[in-house]
Amino acid sequence: MMRICLAILFCAISGISLAAGGSVELREAKINPSDAASLQRGAKLFIDRCLSCHEASYMRFNRLTDIGLSSEQIKQYLIKDPSVKVGDTMTNAMRPADAKVMFGVVPPDLSVVSRSRGADWLYTYFVSFYKDDASVTGWNNALFPHVAMPHVFWQEQGVKVLQHSDDGKAVLVEEVPGTATATEFDRMMLDLTNYLVFMGEPAAEKRKQIGSLVLIFLVLFAFLAWAVKREFWKDVH
Amino acid sequence: MSSDESVNKTRRTLVVSAGAVGAVGAAAALTPFFTSMAPSERAKAAGAPVEVDLSKLEPGMLVTEEWRGKPVWVLHRTEEMLTGLESMSSSVSDPDSKLPMQPEYAKNLGRSIKPEYLVLVGICTHLGCSPSQKLEAGEASGLGADWTGGFFCPCHGSKFDLAGRVYKGVPAPTNLEVPPHQFLSDTRLLIGEDSVRSS
Amino acid sequence: MASSFTNWIDQRFPMTKMVREHLTEYYAPKNFNFWYFFGGLAIVVLAIQILSGIFLTMHYKPDAERAFASVEYIMRDVPLGWLIRYIHSTGASMFFVVIYLHMFRALMYGSYRKPRELLWIFGMVIYLCLMAEAFFGYLLPWGQMSFWGAQVIVNLFGAIPFIGPDLAVWIRGDYVVSDATLNRFFALHVIAVPIALLGLVVAHIISLHEVGSNNPDGIEIKKNKNPETGKPIDGIPFHPYYTVKDIFGVVVFLIIFAAIVFFAPEMGGYFLEHNNFIPADPLKTPPHIAPVWYFTPFYSILRAVPPMFGSQFPGVMAMGAAVVILFLLPWLDRSPVRSIRYKGPIFKWSLAVFVLSFVILGYLGLKPTNVWGQFGPWMGGADRATVVAQICTVIYFLFFLTMPVLSRLDKTKTVPERVTS
Repeated sequence: MMRICLAILFCAISGISLAAGGSVELREAKINPSDAASLQRGAKLFIDRCLSCHEASYMRFNRLTDIGLSSEQIKQYLIKDPSVKVGDTMTNAMRPADAKVMFGVVPPDLSVVSRSRGADWLYTYFVSFYKDDASVTGWNNALFPHVAMPHVFWQEQGVKVLQHSDDGKAVLVEEVPGTATATEFDRMMLDLTNYLVFMGEPAAEKRKQIGSLVLIFLVLFAFLAWAVKREFWKDVH
Repeated sequence: MSSDESVNKTRRTLVVSAGAVGAVGAAAALTPFFTSMAPSERAKAAGAPVEVDLSKLEPGMLVTEEWRGKPVWVLHRTEEMLTGLESMSSSVSDPDSKLPMQPEYAKNLGRSIKPEYLVLVGICTHLGCSPSQKLEAGEASGLGADWTGGFFCPCHGSKFDLAGRVYKGVPAPTNLEVPPHQFLSDTRLLIGEDSVRSS
Repeated sequence: MASSFTNWIDQRFPMTKMVREHLTEYYAPKNFNFWYFFGGLAIVVLAIQILSGIFLTMHYKPDAERAFASVEYIMRDVPLGWLIRYIHSTGASMFFVVIYLHMFRALMYGSYRKPRELLWIFGMVIYLCLMAEAFFGYLLPWGQMSFWGAQVIVNLFGAIPFIGPDLAVWIRGDYVVSDATLNRFFALHVIAVPIALLGLVVAHIISLHEVGSNNPDGIEIKKNKNPETGKPIDGIPFHPYYTVKDIFGVVVFLIIFAAIVFFAPEMGGYFLEHNNFIPADPLKTPPHIAPVWYFTPFYSILRAVPPMFGSQFPGVMAMGAAVVILFLLPWLDRSPVRSIRYKGPIFKWSLAVFVLSFVILGYLGLKPTNVWGQFGPWMGGADRATVVAQICTVIYFLFFLTMPVLSRLDKTKTVPERVTS
C-alpha cells in the first residue's frame, strides 16, 4: 500500500519529462472567441474531419446556434444525416472495442479537451505532425510523441519530416507541399482550435456578458451600503 | 426640522433605498436557481417533434407514435368514419370542441387539419390511462350493436368517438387532446410543432 | 397590528428575546477592524454553498458511469447550470480563503485565549469538518484529479499500522476507489457533514455570545461597564452597527466572488484543475497529482517527512499533527497579553516566519518535488524543494512547540484600559 503510494509520487516526478514531449515550445493560439465566421469554419472542420473517430458527446448540434448558425443551416450543411436531429449530441457509430483494435486506444471524447489541454497546446499539436515511417500510422507528432492519431490534415498541410538543426533543435521541414498555403493551413488550425475552445465551454461569452452587469450592480450597491454604514457609524465616533 | 429628525430622515432614506436595491439584487441572484429547474436541453431534445411517414398508413389503420413520453395516435379515417361524426354530435359532451383541448386549426367537426388524418394524444382525460382502440362499428368491437367506432378506456369506462370527442355520461370530462402538429408534405406529418409557431 | 402579531409569537417562542440578546442588545467591541469581517463572511459562504449545492444535486448523478457526464450536463444543458456550478466551485475555494484569514485573526489577537478556548475548539472542529467536506466533494466530478487525489488520501489511512489496510478498504467500500466510494462520499458531502457543520456553527456562535467577542487590543470590554446602563463602555450594539458594516463587507466580498465566477472561474487551474476535465481513469495516473491548493501546506509536510522503518506513516502522522497542534494553542500561549499589538518582537517575528513557512509549504505542495532541482553531492543530491519543505515543516512545528517558553520571555507593552481604534 505504501509502495503504491510512493510509486505514484515517483511517477508524478518522472512523468512530467516523459509526457511533455521534450522541450517543444507551445505556439500561441491567437484566436478570437467572438469571431463567428472562424467558429463556424472550425465547426465544419470538426464535424467533417474529427467526428468520424472522435465524439463530442456532451455537445448538442443545436448549440451551434450560439455561433450564428440557424437550425436549418446546421441540418443542411453540418449534420446531413436525416436520422440525426438537431437537438442530438455529437456522437459517432464507432464502437470502443473496434477503435481499440484499430488505433490501440479509444479516441478520446473531445467535448472538454480544450479545458484539459488548453488552446495553445491544441494548436501546437495540430501543426506538429510529421512523417515517420517507423510508426504504425506512418505519422508522429513533435508535441505528443507516438500519438496513435494519424495526421488528418496531411493533404492540406503537406508532408513534413523531422530534422535536427545545427544547434541540435528539432525542426519540421516540408517534404511535400499540401493543397493549402502555410497561411491558409494555419488559419484552418486556428479556426479548429477556436471551435474546440468554444465547444469546451459554450456559455463562456454569455458568462462574461452577465458578469459585467453583475459587477456594475455590485459596485453601485457597494457605494450605497458604504453610505449607510458611514451614516450609522457617525454615532460611534 | 430638528437636526435629530433630519438625521433620522436621512437614515431612513438611506436604509430604504439600500434595502430596495438589495432586494432587487437578491431577487436577481435567486432567479438562476429557479430557472435551472426549467426543462433542460436534454429534456427539450427528448421532447422534440416526431416525424411520421404516412405513406404506408392505409385507410382505417391507426399507428401509435411516442412524443414527450406519451402515446400519440394517427388514424387514417375512412369515408364511413367521417360521415358518422355528424350523427354522433348529440351523444358527446362537447361536440363543437369549445373547451381548449385542441389547437385552433383542429376546432372543427373532425378535430383535424386534413379530415382523413386524426391526431390524438392517447391518454384518457379522466385519470390518465391509455384507452383501447375500438375502431370497428357494431358488435365486432364488443361494445354493443350501436357502437359507431372510437376508443374505450378500460380503467373506468370512458368512451370517445372517431374524432376523440368524449361521450356524455362517462367519467372523462373533456375530449381527447389534439397535440400541435403540421403536415410537412402529403405523406409527412410532424407531431409536436405547428407551422404557426415553428421557428 | 405588527405588535399584536409579535406578541402572539413572543408568547410561544422567544423571538423578541433572542433578537435583543443576540442583536440589538448584544454588545460587541467598537474597534473591530478589517480582520473581523471574516466570521460573518464564513456564514455567507456556507449559505452560498448550501444553496448552490442543493440545486446541483437536482441534476448531478452520483454514479461512476454518469457522474462526469452529469457535470457536463449541468454546464451545458441545464439553464444557467454553468453559473450554479461555478458558484459552488468558487465558493469551495473562497471558503478556505475566508477561514484561513479568520483563523489568522485569532492568531494575531489571541482570540483563542481564556475564556474563549471552547470557541477556538469548536472552530477547529469546524475546520476539520470543512476539510472533510471539501475532500468528499472533490471526488464527485469524477475527473482524474478527483479519482487519484481520493486514491492517494485514502491510501494514507492505509498507512496506519495494523488496522490501516482494512480501514482503507472499509472507507472505500472496495479495493480501489470506485462507484461504492463515490456514492458514500456523495451522501457524506450532501447530508452528513453539512448537518454537522450547521450544528457546529450554531455552537460556535453560542459560545462566542456567551463570553463576548475579543478585539484587536485584546481587552475585555466587559471589565469596563457604564455604571448607569450596565453596558460595556467600549461596546456597541451589534445591530445596527455591525449589521450595516457587515452588509458592506459582504457586498465587497461578492464583488470579488462575482469577478472570479464570471471572469476567472478556473483561476488559472487552481480552483478548477485542468486535469479534472479528463474523466477518471483507474489505469492511468496523471503525470502530476497535487491536492487542491487549500490542502497543499499539509500535503507538503506529508511529503517532506521521509519514510521510516519502511513506512509512510510518520509522514501521515506529521501531517495530522500539523492540524491537531492548532487545538492546543490556548494552552501553549503563556503570554501575559492577548494581542500582537502589545506583544514583543519575538512573537511578531515568529508569526511572520510561521506564515511565510505556511505559504512556502503551500506553494511547494502544488509542485513536483523536483521543481527547484537538486543539491550537489554535498547534500546527497537531495531535491532542493524537499529540503526547503523540511525546514519549513520544522519552523511550523517550532512556532507551537516554542510558544510556552518564548511567550513568557517576550517583551510586552502595557495594555490600555480602553480600546484604541
